[in-house]
Amino acid sequence: MTQDFSPILEAKGIVKTLGAGAAQVQALKGVNFDLMPGELTLLMGPSGSGKTTLLSILGCILTPTDGSVQIAGRSTEGLNAEGMADLRRRHVGFVFQAYNLVPTLTAIENVMLALDLRGVSLSDAPDLAAEALEAVGLSHRADASPSKMSGGAKQRVAIARALAGSPSVILADEPTAALDAQNGMAVMELLAEVAKDTGRGVLAVTHDHRTLEYADRIIRIEDGRIVGRARRRDGEMTEAPSVSWGTAAPAEVRHASVIA
Amino acid sequence: MIPKLAYRNLFHDRLSLVVTLTGIVFSVVLVAVQFGLYLGSENRIAAMLDNAKADLWVVPLGTKSFDDPSFLSGRERHAILSMPGVASAEELVVGFASWRKPRGGSTAALLVGSNTAKGMLPWDIVEGRMADLASPNGVAVDQTYFSELGISKLRDKAEVNNLEVTVTAVTQGIRSFTTLPYIFTTLGTARTLLDAQSEQSSYMLVQLAPGSDLATVQKALAARLPDTEILTHDAFRQRSLDYWLFETGAGSALIAGAILGIIVGIVIVAQTLYASTKDHLNEFATLRALGASAGYIHRVILMQAVLSAVIGYLLGMCLSLLVIEGSKATTLLILMTPNLALMLVVLTVGMCILAAICAIFKVTRIDPAVVFSR
Repeated sequence: MTQDFSPILEAKGIVKTLGAGAAQVQALKGVNFDLMPGELTLLMGPSGSGKTTLLSILGCILTPTDGSVQIAGRSTEGLNAEGMADLRRRHVGFVFQAYNLVPTLTAIENVMLALDLRGVSLSDAPDLAAEALEAVGLSHRADASPSKMSGGAKQRVAIARALAGSPSVILADEPTAALDAQNGMAVMELLAEVAKDTGRGVLAVTHDHRTLEYADRIIRIEDGRIVGRARRRDGEMTEAPSVSWGTAAPAEVRHASVIA
Repeated sequence: MIPKLAYRNLFHDRLSLVVTLTGIVFSVVLVAVQFGLYLGSENRIAAMLDNAKADLWVVPLGTKSFDDPSFLSGRERHAILSMPGVASAEELVVGFASWRKPRGGSTAALLVGSNTAKGMLPWDIVEGRMADLASPNGVAVDQTYFSELGISKLRDKAEVNNLEVTVTAVTQGIRSFTTLPYIFTTLGTARTLLDAQSEQSSYMLVQLAPGSDLATVQKALAARLPDTEILTHDAFRQRSLDYWLFETGAGSALIAGAILGIIVGIVIVAQTLYASTKDHLNEFATLRALGASAGYIHRVILMQAVLSAVIGYLLGMCLSLLVIEGSKATTLLILMTPNLALMLVVLTVGMCILAAICAIFKVTRIDPAVVFSR
């Protein structure tokens, strides 16, 4: 894949206020973020730090109180709910912590559903869905119902669903949280492959430090602010010079910083 | 994918589907039977008029329906026949009579005397012949009234207005909308039994000559016969229907029953469809998060409603036809016509779509962000 160095997803000065009156909380306090094509970026941070809120805004599910988001060159500014849905449909693939597969449909039908939403014709959808399942190593379970599948297999179907229709970015919310270590690592490996092999920008929210080895970039968020960034260069994770991870840095980053 | 998703959602919860279909089937059967009874009533009210096949009816002023007879003056026949454009004018004598049963007891009946040589009334003779009515005081009755009239077979005797009559013909399926049985006979016998003058009749049935203009002849007759009303077949038919179905309230009751059926159907389908939508709310939220337009999700719910309607309609129609078949052994006349069947399709689908509106409102309020909180 040829590396394109302009971000596929870019957010500037994102502020998000939740609630009203005395219960009002500023969940995000001026976040700048970009997602590069061909990279797997991990967004880490403690509970309540604003990870999911940021993911929701980047995925055009929530609108920011202030700031701007651009996906594949399209701004979300001024879009209504249908406009946001259109942007999600065209450019965003989601992978959810709880898989969120439609339980009444088989694996391949779940993928076909995403293709149908993206306007792929019914005649082309079966082949494209089969390709997506093959890409995640699940072509042999195409006709299985989600209720008959393991957590790992369900998450693979969810990734296939996110891949279907070639969205520009894939956003994953705690994709390994419901999986055992082996399946979790397999899913992260798959997401990293998706980023590298298809040139898509992949962002995964995670708590799981074991997933760091798959990341091209790591971003740490605390109390609604980005507090740390690290990038893998020549196979080594390097802390960005402008931001300090401090004691919150994951071991690999701390180690990388020492080397750097 | 919308039909598949709707189908799977519908069949996923079998119990809920059974409740939905029960509601629709109940509604379809209720509406089919009520409208079938309405059509049956129309059929019975208009049967005499439809079988008499007159272009124009000359009726006494103020006649409410065929079954509300009085006598014309008796001078109308020659006036009508002398009118340009008139081909024929047949007399019809109709009057209330007392039928005394052979083994005692009596009942009221409606005596209908016509020119039986023309072969219009009665019809559907299953025993005896039309010509047999010409025998002295020969009458025809419908076999469904045998018990009510206290007779059991052809040639049985009874009394009408204290004069002996003989059943010389038997019809099948000629029932009146009212409780009064029809007794058919010749013009002469009817006049004798009703003690009417030889020129008197209740109605004049006018047939126009080919090429004559109905409105022109009607207008000319009205001018010539000021103490009568000149009604077209359709007008007299509608007047009879309006009187029996709406002035008496009978038809309104049937229509009210049908509307009740529709309301019950809507409520049951709306309730179950709403519950089903609530059960699948997370899936709809996921679809929304994946970029489904509101229209796409609405179409899934509407498709569920339409699928329910089609299945419920087919089951309901089967049950309705069984009910109609079963009613043939009773005095009820329930009709199922292609138009009624078509109307029921439209009504059932419309009812289910209307019922889907609550579910659509629920889905419209879904916040796709809930997918992150599960």
